[in-house]
Amino acid sequence: MKRNFTQTLGFTFLFSSLALTLLVLFSIIYFIGVRGFRVLSWTFLTQAPRQAMTAGGVAPAIVGTFYLALIAILFSLPLALACAIYLCEYSPKGWVVNFIRVGINNLAGVPSVVFGLFGLAIFVKFLKFGVSMLSGGLTLGILVLPVIISAAQEALLAVPHSIREASLALGATQWQTIRRIVLPAALPGILTGIVLSIGRVVGETAPILFTAAAFYLRGFPKSVFSEVMALPYHIYALMTEGTHPKEQTGMAYGCSLVLLLLVLAISALAVFLRQRQRGRFHV
Amino acid sequence: MFDPVKIKAQHVDFFYGNQQALKDISMDIDVGRVTAIIGPSGCGKSTFIRLLNRMNDLVAHTVLRGHIYLEGQDIFSPAVDPVEIRRRVGMVFQKPNPFPKSIFENIAYGLEVNGYRDRDVIEERVVMSLKKAALWEEVKERLRDSALKLSGGQQQRLCIARCLAVAPEVLLFDEPCASLDPISTAKIEELILELKKDYTIAIVTHNMQQAARVSDRTAFFLLGELVEMGETQHIFTAPKDKRTEAYITGRFG
Ligand SMILES: Nc1ncnc2c1ncn2[C@@H]1O[C@H](COP(=O)(O)OP(=O)(O)OP(=O)(O)O)[C@@H](O)[C@H]1O
Ligand SMILES: [Mg+2]
Repeated sequence: MKRNFTQTLGFTFLFSSLALTLLVLFSIIYFIGVRGFRVLSWTFLTQAPRQAMTAGGVAPAIVGTFYLALIAILFSLPLALACAIYLCEYSPKGWVVNFIRVGINNLAGVPSVVFGLFGLAIFVKFLKFGVSMLSGGLTLGILVLPVIISAAQEALLAVPHSIREASLALGATQWQTIRRIVLPAALPGILTGIVLSIGRVVGETAPILFTAAAFYLRGFPKSVFSEVMALPYHIYALMTEGTHPKEQTGMAYGCSLVLLLLVLAISALAVFLRQRQRGRFHV
Repeated sequence: MFDPVKIKAQHVDFFYGNQQALKDISMDIDVGRVTAIIGPSGCGKSTFIRLLNRMNDLVAHTVLRGHIYLEGQDIFSPAVDPVEIRRRVGMVFQKPNPFPKSIFENIAYGLEVNGYRDRDVIEERVVMSLKKAALWEEVKERLRDSALKLSGGQQQRLCIARCLAVAPEVLLFDEPCASLDPISTAKIEELILELKKDYTIAIVTHNMQQAARVSDRTAFFLLGELVEMGETQHIFTAPKDKRTEAYITGRFG
């Protein structure tokens, strides 16, 4: 009797926690959705802002965000993969590697604005890339480096030792084993890491604040050395400009909705990729 | 002159860290014959055969003393490439370990890493080795399916086929039937007897009947030492050592 009561109580507590979490999540989506949907239109998605950002659209910000993410991933992916492969497959196990691993994990905990300052010092000033798409993309790339390294390491470590041995026993070299057996088996995990880090890159504001972001541009960026607009920063810009609060707030909600949908779509892609790989080979 | 010895181990000591797993092992593996290695769990059987194709190179903090010769060549001499040794000495593991690829690719992979490029040749060899491993009839309709969908016994025969495809000179089997049912086991034993014609074989087994059925010579290991080695018939009918007798008659304490 008493045990049953405790169980019911426990269950109720767990269930209401879940319900509350879902409620918060859905109200965010609903809130942003309803307000954002009012301004969402073809014009909004395809045109540049006009009349002090009270009309027109956010197309340059969408394009800018896309380019920033592209540069970030192109830069960080090869580097992160190489690090992860070296750490998991080649380096002698021991305290040095453990130390590096802890270091990388801690890098993931550094506040993003610190990366912004770092990017300003290194890319903007020292390497003289200026406030540009390139500086911002590279800064974002460094930001997600630990995320991809960790995901890739986890994925590599999850590949069973027995199939590495099988490959080597056939007379494959270690590199052949890594490239043809280990990496393909680790691919779903690595892909998920990539997609999640794209989600992260797309949503970050602080790292591009001093390195890439433009308050307001009429057109699209012309080269990697141009300043860019980006969705998260554009929201910030709209809300702090304050010349036409009413219209600009509306635009900001529209912009948020676009960003939210983008991030959701990317997460959905991650889930999809993972499921598809699982279905093919249950590693 | 014909040398009947394919692999020769001389005074082999092996350590994992400072724990000694093999003590002064000297034995010959004869060409074209099946050598069974028996002994209780933990006596160093796997450790020993994993030395023969240098698989233990992958284990950190190990020490080897003594020599192992493959056709007279010291396989641990610095001039020798372990990859080359593994090409010549194939291995089938205790647990089936197919790659998470299709049945076809599982076998083609070994060929590709060994330099085969011609798709026709590869295809031909895949089919040939599946037939040799007595798996062809069961999988010929679904070569493109994942190897992980096969049963345990089929997976193990696939691993054997994969090993045969690259045409090694020696086959090492580490308890190949440990995770298999009696029917699959019988199939694999039949296969070993068939393969004996073309390969030198060493097989680790816990199953006395299996050793008696498939092997020509038997080595009995105990606590890292080679207690006795000889013709299988002799070992099973008239062992010289009391400990061998105790083990094969199942009176082992
Ligand atoms: N990778 C390893 N690291 C440390 N010790 C090991 C390792 N592999 C084996 N050993 C030890 O070496 C000894 C021999 O092990 P081995 O695996 O060779 O035994 P085995 O005869 O194959 O046993 P089984 O019949 O159970 O497979 C055991 O004491 C084992 O604990
Ligand atoms: Mg063993």
